[in-house]
Amino acid sequence: MANETKGADFTYRLWRYNGAPGELIPLLQSAQEHFGYIPRRAIKYISGVTNISESSVYGVITFYNQFRLQPMGEHVIRLCVGTACHVSGSKLLVDTVIDELGIEVGGTTEDGVFTLFTVACLGCCSLAPVMMVDEETHGRLTPAAARKIIRAMRRRAKEQKPLAQVGPGEI
Amino acid sequence: MRKIIVGMGTCGLSAGAREVHHTIAELLAQGAAGPQGAELSITSCLGMCYREPMVEVREDGGRIIYGEVNPDRARAIVEKHLKGGQVITEWVVYSEDAAGNMGGSEKDFLALQKRIVLRNCGVINPESLEDYEAVGGYRALRQALFEMTPDGIIAEVKASGLRGRGGAGFPTGQKWSFAAANAGPVKYVVCNADEGDPGAFMDRSVLEGDPHSVLEGMIICGRAIGSSFGYIYCRAEYPLAIKRLNTAIADARRKGYLGQDILGSGHDFDIKIKQGAGAFVCGEETALFASIEGERGMPRLRPPFPAEKGLWQKPTNNNNVETYANISWILVNGAPAYAAFGTEKSRGTKVFALAGSVNRGGLAEVPMGTSINQLVFGIGGGIKGGRKFKGVQMGGPSGGCIPHHLGETPVDFENIPKTGAIMGSGGMIVMDDSTCMVDIARFFLNFTQDESCGKCTFCRIGTLRMLEILERITRGEGAPADVAKLQSLSAQIKEASLCGLGQTAPNPVLTTLRYFMDECLEHINHKKCPAKSCALLVVYRIDPAKCTGCTLCARNCASNAIRGKVKELHVVDDALCIKCGKCITSCTFGAVYKD
Repeated sequence: MANETKGADFTYRLWRYNGAPGELIPLLQSAQEHFGYIPRRAIKYISGVTNISESSVYGVITFYNQFRLQPMGEHVIRLCVGTACHVSGSKLLVDTVIDELGIEVGGTTEDGVFTLFTVACLGCCSLAPVMMVDEETHGRLTPAAARKIIRAMRRRAKEQKPLAQVGPGEI
Repeated sequence: MRKIIVGMGTCGLSAGAREVHHTIAELLAQGAAGPQGAELSITSCLGMCYREPMVEVREDGGRIIYGEVNPDRARAIVEKHLKGGQVITEWVVYSEDAAGNMGGSEKDFLALQKRIVLRNCGVINPESLEDYEAVGGYRALRQALFEMTPDGIIAEVKASGLRGRGGAGFPTGQKWSFAAANAGPVKYVVCNADEGDPGAFMDRSVLEGDPHSVLEGMIICGRAIGSSFGYIYCRAEYPLAIKRLNTAIADARRKGYLGQDILGSGHDFDIKIKQGAGAFVCGEETALFASIEGERGMPRLRPPFPAEKGLWQKPTNNNNVETYANISWILVNGAPAYAAFGTEKSRGTKVFALAGSVNRGGLAEVPMGTSINQLVFGIGGGIKGGRKFKGVQMGGPSGGCIPHHLGETPVDFENIPKTGAIMGSGGMIVMDDSTCMVDIARFFLNFTQDESCGKCTFCRIGTLRMLEILERITRGEGAPADVAKLQSLSAQIKEASLCGLGQTAPNPVLTTLRYFMDECLEHINHKKCPAKSCALLVVYRIDPAKCTGCTLCARNCASNAIRGKVKELHVVDDALCIKCGKCITSCTFGAVYKD
C-alpha cells in the first residue's frame, strides 16, 4: 500500500518535471523509495525525461552513498562505526554480525533476508555502540545482544517463509 | 492546565519514548490522571541523552523531569504523581520550581550550562508554531522587518561577535555584509544541515527540537542581504528533522512568516528543503551547492567566493544550523548581551556533543572559553567505569586528539587550533586509556579516504598512502621511517588539497604524532599496543572467573587454538592463535579478553 503511493510519487515527479535544474537527486531518491534500489529502467526513464545522459545519471548515483544499484534484503542492518561507537567497540560488533550473517559489509544474505551496511554516524552517540535494524535503533550493544536481535528476526522471517527459501547457515 | 510531556527526539525514540507516549495516552484516556486531568504533549531532546526516555510534568510554572522512563514507570508517574500528587523523587533527574530553584539527580548537567541555541530544545513542542510564539518566537523577525534596516541587522550581528558554528569560525556579520554588497536581483540564503562529522549531533537536535528558530534566522538573513529564497540542505539520515522542518515551514507559510509580502512588510522569502544523499564532502559549501544543483558533490576552486558566485552562480550566504539558531536571540536580547558571554575573540556560547567514555553523554551548551576539564568532569561527570582520562577528540576527521594534560585549555576559536585540533562543529569524544591513539588516527584516515570525492590527487591518493602506513603500524609491521613519511605526506596534503576536507585530513595523524609519539613508537619498535586495542598486537586470554566451559569458543576457533573440556576452564594456545577474534565475538559470557 505504502509502496503504491510512493510509486505514484515517483511517476508524478517524472510527469511534473519541467526542466527546472537540480531535480535529478530528488528524482533518484523517489525512484529508490519506490523500487527499493535504482534499477536500470529507472535510469532510462529519468534520463529520457530530464535529457541528462544515462552516464551522467549513473555518475551521480555512484557518487552518493545513499543510492543502491542492487536490490536490498528484506531487513537492512546499519551498524554505526562513528567515532563514539568506534571507541565503544563497534569493530567487535561488525565482526560479530559478519560472522552471524556470513556476509561481508554491503552484502545481502542468500535468502534475501538481511543486507548489512556500516554507517559513519547515526547521531545516537550517547547510546554507543549502536545498530539500526530497518527503522529501529538498538543502543548499548554487546556481541551477544546483537546476535540475539538478529536471530530473533531470522526466526520471524523463517516462520513467514516456506522452508525451501531459507538459506544456509541457519541456527 | 498542567501538562505531561514526553521527550520525542531521535535519542528518546531509540530508547523507547514512543511506547511511553502510547502508555500515557491510553492512561489519560481512561481518566487515570484523576479529576484534574493532564494535557499530553511532546518535546524534543533536552540534551540528557544518557537518561532517555524522559517525561516531564509541568504545572504552576514548575518542572519535574523523570529519566529512564519505561511503560511501567510511566504508569507509576500517572498514578502517583498526576493522580496522587506525589512526586517520585528517586526517578527525578531534574526539577525547577517557579522561582527557578533547581533540583534532581542530574542538576549539575544543566546548571553549568548557558543555553541560547538550545533555549527551546526540550522545552517547547517543536511541531507547534504557537508554542514557539509563546516563548517569543518571530519577535526578532518583526523587529528586523519593521524596526531595522538591512545594514542595521548586519551591524547588530557584527557587534554580537558571532562566528560561524560550522567549524571554520568565520565572523557571521562580515559574511553577511559580503553577500549584501554584491548587488543582484537573485541571491540565496543556504542553511548547511549536512551534519556529517561522526560524533556531532547538535544540528540534528536543534532541527528536531526548535525548527522555527532556524527558519527565523534564515528569514532575517534574507532581509539583511536582500535575498528572497533559501535552501536547507539536510542529511537524509535525519528523517525526523526533515519531517519537523516540513511541518514548521508549512505552519510559517500559513501564518505569513514565509511567502510573499511577509507580515505586510513587502519583503518576500521562501524556503525549500533539499535532502542530501550521503556524501560527507557535501558539508563543504561549494560541494554543497553542486549537490543542490543536482551534480556530483565536488568542491569548486575559490575564488570566486560564494558571496559573489555561489549557488546557481548567484551571490549566496551559507551558514550552518547552529549559527542561524543564534540570530533571533541576538536581535531580541541585543548584541551586547550575546557578546557578554565567551572570550574576547570568541563571543557567545557553543553547543558540544559529549560522547564516548564519559558518564553523562549528551548535548551541552556552554560559554566559549569553558575548559575541556569543565566539560568532561563538571558537566560530563567524569570518565565511565572510573578509568583514566586519556584525552578528547575534537573536530572529527578534520580535528585531532587533545591529551589530558592540556585539559585546562579554554575551548574557543583561538586556543583549540593551537593544540593542533580544531573547534569543528562541536563533537567532543572522550577517550580513556583503552583507546589506542594510532588506531584513532587510522580510523579517521579511513573515513576521509572513504569520503574523499576524488577530484584532487593529494587528497585521493595521499590519504590512501597514509592510511596504508597506519594500517601497517597497527598490524605490527611498522618501520622506523614511517613517522617521517607520515609527516611529509601530511605537509603535502595540507598544502595542496583543493578543499577543507583534504587540507584538514592529516590533522588526526599529526596530533597523534605530536602528543602520543611514545605510543606510536611502541607499536613500531616493540610491536605492542599499550591500550591493548590493536587486535594483532595482543594475546587472547580467558578469564577463569567468567568461563563456564561451554566450549563455544573452542568450536568457533578458526585454528583450533583453544583447549578445554566441557564445564572446565578453556585456555588459548598462543602458538596456534591467529588472532581473528572469533572467540571474543562468540563468547556469551564476556570471558575472553585481550592482554
